[in-house]
Amino acid sequence: MDKEEYLKLYYEMVLIRLVEEQAAQLYQQGKIGGFLHLYIGQEAVSTGLISARKPQDRVITAYRDHGVAINCGLSAEEVVAELLGKVTGCSQGKGGSMHMADVKKNFWGGHAIVGAHLPIASGLALGDKYKGTDGVTICMFGDGATNIGYFHEALNLSQVWKLPVLWVCENNQYGMGTAVERASAVSEIRQKAEGYGIPNGRVDGMNVLEVRRAAEDALNYLRTGQGPYFMEIMTYRFRGHSMGDPERYRQSEEVKCWQENDPIGIYHKYLVDEKIATAAELRAIDSRVADEVDAAVKFAESSPEPAPEALFEHIYVEQ
Amino acid sequence: MARITMREAISQALWEEMERDPNVFILGEEVGVWGGTYAVTKGFYDHFGGDRVRDTPIAEAAIIGAAIGSAMTGLRPVAELMTINFAFSAMDHIVNEAAKMHYMFAGQMVLPMVIRAVGGGGRQLGATHSQTPDAIFAHFPGLKVVAPGTPEDAKGLMKSAIRSNDPVLFIEHATLYQVRGEVPDGDYSTPIGVSKVQRPGKDVTIVTYSKMLEISTKAADQLAREGIDVEIVDLRSLRPLDMGPVLESFKKTNRAVIVEEGWRSYGVGSEVAARIYEEAFDYVDAPIRRVAQKEVPLPYNRTLEQMALPQVEDVIQAVKEVL
Repeated sequence: MDKEEYLKLYYEMVLIRLVEEQAAQLYQQGKIGGFLHLYIGQEAVSTGLISARKPQDRVITAYRDHGVAINCGLSAEEVVAELLGKVTGCSQGKGGSMHMADVKKNFWGGHAIVGAHLPIASGLALGDKYKGTDGVTICMFGDGATNIGYFHEALNLSQVWKLPVLWVCENNQYGMGTAVERASAVSEIRQKAEGYGIPNGRVDGMNVLEVRRAAEDALNYLRTGQGPYFMEIMTYRFRGHSMGDPERYRQSEEVKCWQENDPIGIYHKYLVDEKIATAAELRAIDSRVADEVDAAVKFAESSPEPAPEALFEHIYVEQ
Repeated sequence: MARITMREAISQALWEEMERDPNVFILGEEVGVWGGTYAVTKGFYDHFGGDRVRDTPIAEAAIIGAAIGSAMTGLRPVAELMTINFAFSAMDHIVNEAAKMHYMFAGQMVLPMVIRAVGGGGRQLGATHSQTPDAIFAHFPGLKVVAPGTPEDAKGLMKSAIRSNDPVLFIEHATLYQVRGEVPDGDYSTPIGVSKVQRPGKDVTIVTYSKMLEISTKAADQLAREGIDVEIVDLRSLRPLDMGPVLESFKKTNRAVIVEEGWRSYGVGSEVAARIYEEAFDYVDAPIRRVAQKEVPLPYNRTLEQMALPQVEDVIQAVKEVL
């Protein structure tokens, strides 16, 4: 990795953090409707993971998708505009927080039904296998999704058909407010992959470089055509499940303890300690990102609402 | 023109489309080595190979999910559900994913996929394997739902479904597979969302589709002997629903009976009757009648099952009530 690549990871994590903080404010101001699930605390997971992909690799994820969208190359403007339901949003205001996508950037969406996108990910990978391309599919989901039937149908199919899917469980310890050990028969989620004979590994999701290295290895394995691989990435969300979460299910000490393990802080320290970048250089990135996010909010707020005709557009390709 | 069965018609459409377009492939339970539980894909595995005729685990969400995902990459999957009753195991993927994806991402996702599902009662398969839940699926914008009643329409509609860039639920009736009919030679397609007058008449309009076209035709034959001239409009597609020929016929006869195999409540007949009342109220000479399945889970016992399903006599009686 050259310096530019190191700094890009830092930039993307800070961008996600600030977009999410801004989104929380916009939500509290009543400018964002529906649900809002923030990625704060989990930035290193998708940043490390997606930095390892090649352009032909597809990404599909669940509803906590703003960060993933940014890592896939969507602009802060398109993301914030979608949150505000504007026509300039990546889904033209029709999808909202949970349904962002840009297929031109090989980002196949945030999907809001827990676990339902896993069989779809098998299908994306089948598409590449059928056509004989060397693209693979990276499918991200939470620990909660591993208890629903779709997860098991999809993992089984992927191994039976040797599909090039990287299954990525973001284990943030809670499915909404229910701790993993209260909802899952095994608290080490990767063991579930064992049941399907899928090679697997567990990674520290607070360390962006570790995630990236593990993802590179996993993607290399996928390209050998031997079938899927399963990663369990250990992480923690610093905010509630969604806005308005009373957080009765966890102690503030626990949250504080994890916050001391902030993925951005850890990486910041690494970059300075290893003399890859100076604190001043990183401050300059922080400041550039703050300006970018401010501009994105201005862009989104000044963007037009969808036209009334949009209501009846896109129901069918052939109306 | 050749005279072939409904099974052959559907099979021919699949075969010809697979020969024409390498992106068309089949997946489902027992579609390959077995040859299809209703033998629709018999011989396909040997000819097209296991990559294009893919046997799946018994896992409906995986089948429909994989069809959706592969369609998103530009393939044209034809996913077979052994029976439409198993569609409930994939309900989320059919109505929450396939039907919404194009809209929710503002046109970015295109799903050129077909879901074949075999439905209908009358074979003593009991309550869980005998349903006609067509109306449920027709409820959802974003999905297209077709249910042919003749071999000609089955072949033509299957071709349209495979060539369509939208997700299409193609409902076949298990007791129609042996029904024979004339099918045009060569390549042809039947447009989705176009109703058709299958039998011209002047006294009363029967609106129906799928298996009930057969029942209605038998009723019309008997009524003809009594001097009652029935016009039958076959919906063929439930969504989009083409009311044009229905209204045209109704404005001529001023009387209608709607015949469906599913339950009456919240059914196809309810929808069609409401639309007639909304759009042709001034032409109504008699209350519209609906013939449908009795509101019970279908029993196994043959006599009880037949009591629950719409019969020729039920249609005749309903026609006489509106005259």
